[in-house]
This record gives sequence, structure tokens and C-alpha cells, in this order.
Amino acid sequence: MSLGWEAVLLLLIVVAGTSGELCVTRAMKTIGEVKDFRPASLVRVLIRAVQVPWMWLGITLMAVAFFALLGALSIENVSFVVPVTALSYAAGAFGGEIFLGERVSRRRWVGVALVCVGVTLVFIGRK
Amino acid sequence: MKSFSELHLKTYILIFFIVIFAPTGNVLLSKGMKTVGDVAIHSPTEFFQLAVRVLTSPFIWLGIGFLLLFFVSYLLVLSWADYSFVQPASASSFAVVALLGHFALKEPISPTHWLGIIVISLGVLTVGNTHPRTTEQK
Repeated sequence: MSLGWEAVLLLLIVVAGTSGELCVTRAMKTIGEVKDFRPASLVRVLIRAVQVPWMWLGITLMAVAFFALLGALSIENVSFVVPVTALSYAAGAFGGEIFLGERVSRRRWVGVALVCVGVTLVFIGRK
Repeated sequence: MKSFSELHLKTYILIFFIVIFAPTGNVLLSKGMKTVGDVAIHSPTEFFQLAVRVLTSPFIWLGIGFLLLFFVSYLLVLSWADYSFVQPASASSFAVVALLGHFALKEPISPTHWLGIIVISLGVLTVGNTHPRTTEQK
């Protein structure tokens, strides 16, 4: 399998995964804080959760990321693939600033830079 | 008003679940996909055969089970805690997945690779230690 295909899979894990998590977060916040942990109430929470459209968009994107993860894991080690997905922190910072108008602090950019340096080291150091 | 310590206790318990369940699930998926073999697809028949091999692998289903447990814990904690507060907890899951990959799956990890994982974890911690909201509350 070519390097290009592997890059596409890693990119899908990062981009679809991050967007999916943001959608799911938005959906769960509309439901409000879960205070009751008895199984019957948890089932009711889940039933309410699946009625929020953001949840379905989030789940669809996370499913795409999941199948990309399966593809990547079939050709690469898990100790390589999962650390590389930390690039989602960079995607989140760029996406937040560009699409959501969030102000990303200097400290957060430092964190994102560290993640990128770490991922580079993982790429250099594999096998 | 909810007591500070109670909210913190249940948050940390769920974050602990998140940090254990997700790496375990990923390691099991990796084990499953490695036993499934080549995923190169050239025809619909090959796609069908691949799907059958993936869906009949016990490691894949066990991995999906752990990831579902992770996902439910994640949904629950996100109903009250900020995404920016929960996300840094995953800093340690990168180390956990590397340790599991190395010891359970015998994956070779070079010193540079380990260093990269440590730097990633530090970066994730730094990202998480910033102010959670920069936009106006509705």
C-alpha cells in the first residue's frame, strides 16, 4: 500500500475525528449535566442524545474516522498510528481560530507546536 | 449547588476510565487488523471477503466493546465538564497506548519514537492548561 494512501487515512482520522468530537460535545451540552448514573436513567440520556441532530453528524464523522483507523492499523503499528492522531490538537486550534472565531492563546499554540514536534519525532523514529 | 468535591470525584473517575478504555480498545483493534491481513481491495468480492474477515475477528469486537465503553464514559463526562478540561486527560493515553503496544503486541519502539510520544504528551498537557472559553456565552 502506498505512502499516499496511508497519509489519506491518517488525515481522515485527524480531521473527521476532531469534527465528530466537536459535534458530539455540542449535542451533549444541549442535554445538560448527567446527574443520575442508574442504568435506566443512562438509557434515557442515550435516547435523548440520539434525538439531537448534532449527535448524528458527530457519530457519522466519528464512524468515518473509525474505518480510517482500522485501515491505518492494518498497515501500521498502533504505537505509531495513535500518537500521530495527536495532530487533531493542531487541527482543533486552527479550526477553532479560522472557523469558529475562537482566540487561540499563545500558550495553546506552544502546546500545538510541541505536539507537532513530537509527531515529527515519532515519524523519524519509527522502526 | 453541587459540591465541588463530588463533581471532581466523578469527573476524575470517568477520566480514568477514558484513559484506560481507549488505548486498550485501539490495541485490540490493531491486533485484530494485523490478523485480518492485507486490506488491498481490487474487486467487490475482495471487499466482501475483507468485511467478513474483519467482522468475524474476536479481537475487533472486543476492541469495539472497549471503545464503546470509552465512548459512553466520554459522553457522560462531556455532559458537565468542558471539552478543554477533558481533552488534556488524553495526554496520558498516548503513553498508555505506546506501553500496551510495546509490551502486549511486541511493537519495536525506538528511543526517538519514545521521545516523540513524551513531547506529544507534554504538548497535549500544555494545550489543555489554557482557558477553556474564549467565545461569548449565549
